Order: sequence, then structure tokens, then C-alpha cells
Amino acid sequence: MALASVLQSESVDFSNYGRQRHGFASGLYEAELGLESVGGDRLSFALSTSCSNGDGPDRKIEFLHGTTTLAFKFQHGVIVAVDSRATAGSYIASQTVKKVIEINPYLLGTMAGGAADCSFWERLLARQCRVYELRNKERISVAAASKLLANMVYQYKGMGLSMGTMVCGWDKTGPGLYYVDSEGNRVCGDLFAVGSGSMYAYGIVDSGLKQKDLTVEEACDLGRRAIYQATYRDAYSGGQVNLYHVHSEGWTRVSQSDVLMLHQQYQAEKA
Amino acid sequence: MFAQVYGDNGKMKEYHYSGPVEHRFSPYSFNGGTVLAVAGEDFAIVASDTRLSEGYSIHSRDSPKCYKLTNTTVIGCSGFHGDCLTLTKIIDARLKMYKHSNNKSMTSGAIAAMLSTILYGRRFFPYYVYNIIGGLDEEGKGAVYSFDPVGSYQRDTYKAGGSASAMLQPLLDNQIGFKNMEGVQHLPLNQEKAVQLVKDVFISAAERDVYTGDALRICIVTKEGIKEETVPLRKD
Repeated sequence: MALASVLQSESVDFSNYGRQRHGFASGLYEAELGLESVGGDRLSFALSTSCSNGDGPDRKIEFLHGTTTLAFKFQHGVIVAVDSRATAGSYIASQTVKKVIEINPYLLGTMAGGAADCSFWERLLARQCRVYELRNKERISVAAASKLLANMVYQYKGMGLSMGTMVCGWDKTGPGLYYVDSEGNRVCGDLFAVGSGSMYAYGIVDSGLKQKDLTVEEACDLGRRAIYQATYRDAYSGGQVNLYHVHSEGWTRVSQSDVLMLHQQYQAEKA
Repeated sequence: MFAQVYGDNGKMKEYHYSGPVEHRFSPYSFNGGTVLAVAGEDFAIVASDTRLSEGYSIHSRDSPKCYKLTNTTVIGCSGFHGDCLTLTKIIDARLKMYKHSNNKSMTSGAIAAMLSTILYGRRFFPYYVYNIIGGLDEEGKGAVYSFDPVGSYQRDTYKAGGSASAMLQPLLDNQIGFKNMEGVQHLPLNQEKAVQLVKDVFISAAERDVYTGDALRICIVTKEGIKEETVPLRKD
């Protein structure tokens, strides 16, 4: 269904109501493939790892997010690249999801995990950033913006929010990149990849970043290639590669490329 | 011979007595139904079947799932009927409040953004409703917004939601989106073709989905207003 139905993952336990097993032996409600008739079906870029590793029923397992998003700093700013697939179990709910949220003209947030969680809290962050600007007559720093977000979701820790986001921007200390998630993590870094396809993306970016100075063009190609490779190998990533570049003047939307087109392009280059 | 159905964990479940089962009250139930919306150049279509079911029973054959919100916006809601009714009441109330405060009707985009926050407000006890809004945007072009039960939304050209969505969506991808087709002319969709396509698509859904059938209600939104059409479907 639309952005709807979902994979209710074992570890995201938002409330008992949502996880009712119907006592009827018919189990008719569960018959729809991929469409669990349990309240709390919602779009997520999440995979359920139902193997609990025998760790006991109460242990919350860190599940993979069915997506690939990455961001890295380089000499001329920050490159942000994401895929655009959203899955509900094995059903691809959408291939055109915007996983980069434009918080304001110089701050970007990426989306992984629960789509509603990410878009709601980042929209709230945009409001908070604007209030900061009005009160302090200057732009908010990336560190402060990411801290605001981290503190907002920390209050809901343990309640089942699912959000893994990277806050990217440019402030007076230069390019900024923070990873914030609903578990309470907030870390600064030069390179992050989040999602089920992240390992594939890391491989590409790590090897491409060896050369110290990249031009903007090379960095964009690297980001695009990394996401493409991740979509190639990860079943839960795909659709289009959306690429943004954050520089001193703010962010620019560099490109949106369909993965199929990229595939044909890279194949042609190989030949 | 026993009927095999899918259990909660995705594995096939055997339909026979398997021991004592704990019964708990569930505040939700699934009432079935399929909703579809298509956006054209200067029109939007929101269509839904009219069957209201629960388990093996059909409660009603005449319970459409499209609700008119404003002169330019229609919402289709499927899932748990109780939540659909309450949600549409809440949306209507909010529309009135907006009209009184701002002296104008809400635009489709504004309604979509508002619905997103209404749904997220119940993040920890969600409205079990799959919503699709269809209408005209400020420029008069067709707009479709599809939602998940907790408020994540995006604007689309076409979307199917509800019990038969997985069957309808690929057909729409092919006929409207021309996805993965080589050497095909991308003809823009005109209103007559769109309406016919919607009818055909629902006829197919009624063939293969038990929760979809009885009749099809189509709401066509144009700048002249909202026109409704009812088409019979399979009743079995």
C-alpha cells in the first residue's frame, strides 16, 4: 500500500496494542503477504531481523535499516548521497522517496529508519533552528543543530522511535557532519554510511577517499558510485541516487540519477 | 486438506488446533478495502471500492471510502473503519477551524501537511488507516499525496492503497508510469482514459482480492468541482 504498510519489526515495540496476535485460529488477517494487519504498520526503511540470536525475548536487537545513505566531508564541503527505496516487508512501497530533508538552506538531514519519525523530527528541528536564528541573530551551527535533534529524541528513548540520520551543513567552523540516532548516539565524523547497504557503500568511499584532494566533480562521482554499488548488491536499496553538495554558500542539489541509467553508463565505461 | 495461511512471522501457519492460545482484546480490526488516486494535468481521480468486511464476513456492500474534504480535495481512507471515521471527523473539524481563522479553504498541500502531523500525534497508538489524498494544487494541476499510518507522506502521480494495493500498483506503474518499457511513447493521461483505466484496474483487483468488490466509487476532481460515479463490481 501506499507508503503504508510495513514490516513490523520485532525490535520496534511501540506499544502493546500494535502487536496483538488475534486469537482466532483462522489467522485470516495475517494472510496478506507482507501486509501485516497489525496496527502500527508504517513505512520504514527497516529490515526485521527475526533471529533473536537466542538472547532472550526482552533483548532489543539493533535491526538494519533497509536503505543506503552516506555523507562524507572533503576539501570543498560535504557530499550527501542517498537511495530512494522504501520497503514494507518484501513489497517495494515506493521508489521515489526523498531521503534527504532540507532543514534550511545550509543544513541537510538524511533519513533512515522510520520515515515518519525522520521527517517529523527533522521538520521540528527546522522550526527550532529558525527560532534560534531569530533569537540569536545568527545561523545555528551544525553541532548545535545536531545536539537539538539528539536531545529531542533522547526523551523518547526506549519508546520505539526509529531514526538514523546524518545532519550535514556548513557553519563558521567549516563543513560539519554529525550522525544522530534514536538510541541517543551523536557523533561527529568525516564519513558515515547508514543502512543495510552501508557496508557496500563504505567499501567504495573508503577506497576513493585515499587520494587526499578531490575536486567537487570527483567527490560527486564517488558518492554516486558508492550508492549505486550498494543498490546493486543490497536488495533493500534501489530507485534513484539523490546527490547533494553542501558548501560555504549552502547546499545544492547536484543530481538525481536512476540506478538503471547509472548501470548502463558504468557498463559502457567498462567496455 | 487444510487451508494454509501466513502467520505473523511470515511462515506458513497450519490451520488446525495447535494448543491453547491466549486471546487478548485488540483495539484494531481490519475492515479491508482498496483506494486509488491518480493525478492528471488538470484533474485528479480518487476511487475506492465500497465493501466493508471483517474476517470472513461482509458488513456492508455500500460503504465507500472516499470522503470529500473541500471543493478541490478528496481523501480516501482504508484500513480500520473506526479510525477512518474518527480521522475524517477530525480533519473536517480542523478544516473548519482553518476556514474560520484564515478566511480561506485549505489547499491540498496544506491538508496533506496537516494530516501528517495529526497522524504523528498518535505515534504511539496509531490510527490504523492508509490515506491517500487526491486533489488540485494551487496551480490547478492534479496532486496525489499518499500516507502511511503514522504520517510519513509524499506527493505522487498515482498511488494505490489498501488490501489490493500490491496488485494494483504494478499495473499503474506500467500503464501510467511506463516503467521499464523501452521504445514506448509517453502519452500524457487524459481524463477519459484515466477513468477507464481506474475501472479496469478495480475490476482486476476484485477478481483476485477477497476484500475488494461490490461496487466502485470514483470521485473526479476538476476545477468545476467534484463529480461522483458508481460502477458495479463482482459481489462474490
